[in-house]
Amino acid sequence: MKFTEEHEWLRMEDSVVIVGITEHASTQLGDIVFVELPEEGQTLSKDDEAAVIESVKAASDILCPIDGEVVEVNQAIVDEPAKVNEDPLGAGWFFKIAPSDISQMDDYMDENTYNKLIS
Amino acid sequence: MAKDLVRTPLFELHLKHGAKMVPFAGFEMPVQYPQGVLKEHLHTRQKAGLFDVSHMGQVILRAKGYTQLAEEFEKLLPMEVKSLKEGRQRYGFFTNDKGGIKDDIMFANRGDHIFVVVNAACIEQDFSHMRENLSQNIQVKLLKNRALLALQGPRAEKVLAEHHPAVRDMAFMDVETLPIAGAECWVSRAGYTGEDGFEISVPEAAATSLANSLLEHEDVEFIGLGARDSLRLEAGLCLYGHDINEDTSPIEAGLTWAIQSRRRVEAGFPGATRIQEEITSGPVKRRVGILPEGRAPVREGCKIYASKTAEDAIGAVTSGGFGPTLNTPVSMGYVRTPFAANDTALFAEVRGKRLPVKVVKLPFTGPNFKR
Repeated sequence: MKFTEEHEWLRMEDSVVIVGITEHASTQLGDIVFVELPEEGQTLSKDDEAAVIESVKAASDILCPIDGEVVEVNQAIVDEPAKVNEDPLGAGWFFKIAPSDISQMDDYMDENTYNKLIS
Repeated sequence: MAKDLVRTPLFELHLKHGAKMVPFAGFEMPVQYPQGVLKEHLHTRQKAGLFDVSHMGQVILRAKGYTQLAEEFEKLLPMEVKSLKEGRQRYGFFTNDKGGIKDDIMFANRGDHIFVVVNAACIEQDFSHMRENLSQNIQVKLLKNRALLALQGPRAEKVLAEHHPAVRDMAFMDVETLPIAGAECWVSRAGYTGEDGFEISVPEAAATSLANSLLEHEDVEFIGLGARDSLRLEAGLCLYGHDINEDTSPIEAGLTWAIQSRRRVEAGFPGATRIQEEITSGPVKRRVGILPEGRAPVREGCKIYASKTAEDAIGAVTSGGFGPTLNTPVSMGYVRTPFAANDTALFAEVRGKRLPVKVVKLPFTGPNFKR
């Protein structure tokens, strides 16, 4: 699993990259009450606005960490945004993307480096 | 955090309870505790929440007799002060010469004095306003040595009655001096959540022990400013500087009910011309509840349109967020009068998209006061 400075995580699974937000991000944001996800089939570039989350406090953009096509989104967190707080690294994933340049994964931190960043 | 932020007497206790402290109107205040805004909000609606509202200004006005005091105070605001009975308090607001609102306040007839509670951000301005515009026969004293706690929710009476049984007999907006936790407390049956509850002015030295003894009760949790905001929003209550300000009139704000009939007729307060005119002819815009149809919160500053394509906005949101009790987003704001009727279908612009919203009656929840 890789981590971005924007507090997102990326995990490679069957040649698809799954994207979500970190435990740290979900704690900082507080109770999440609204999630808007990209369309399946949408092509995104790195740093495009991919999703919006709103907590009780504020709205935040989720930037796409990698170029590619969105192949699946997690409707469960749209229906029940609290799932992101409950299980940010698991059931609270956001979207899956078929990457066009997998080497972009190398730009991101491993878990140890990320943990240092947030400590 | 900036060095010049003021800490309330409960600062250490907030830290002990794991509060996240933020700057608010010059004070360092708890915005939330570990359980988070959503749970704190629901706890207050279901049981009892304890709020530190010591940032609010507590002012005493004193003169030879209540009549003189009331006559002078009525020059600053459009409320009936003279006939307010001893031991009763009232919601009010200072108006400016343009008929806008300088601040909204609570004031109580305490026999030989009037007790005024003002918003934190307006303390200095309100103090100067009172000092400069009341005669020298009136003493205006800003209290620096008292904390203010609010205990709010359906269990508030039960909890506070364990400290003093007399609170059971208090009605909404009654004010009494009661010995609680070994200190002289000024207790009012009021609040800012739409729930039954009390506000307790307590000497600084006794504030922590009072808070601790209330928190010992299994029904009581500390609640931060985050939930205070969502509670008052659901209750349809105005936040000064957002929903009301120097430009909005009380009539536009839907606060006409707070201007008693004698004052509407006799006037004699700043901005009376506009206020009387708007009472007669109606205001050009009105504060309304705005219920988004979807799940996206529609926050302060979002513009309101009559249609998906209309060029010009017909209003704007002044407070908006998520309402945990309703489990939907809730907002309030101003729309031009022709669009202010309940059930009017409108659109709010959020991140460039026009989302359907509906004008609804305020409040969204409650109130659950003990009349």
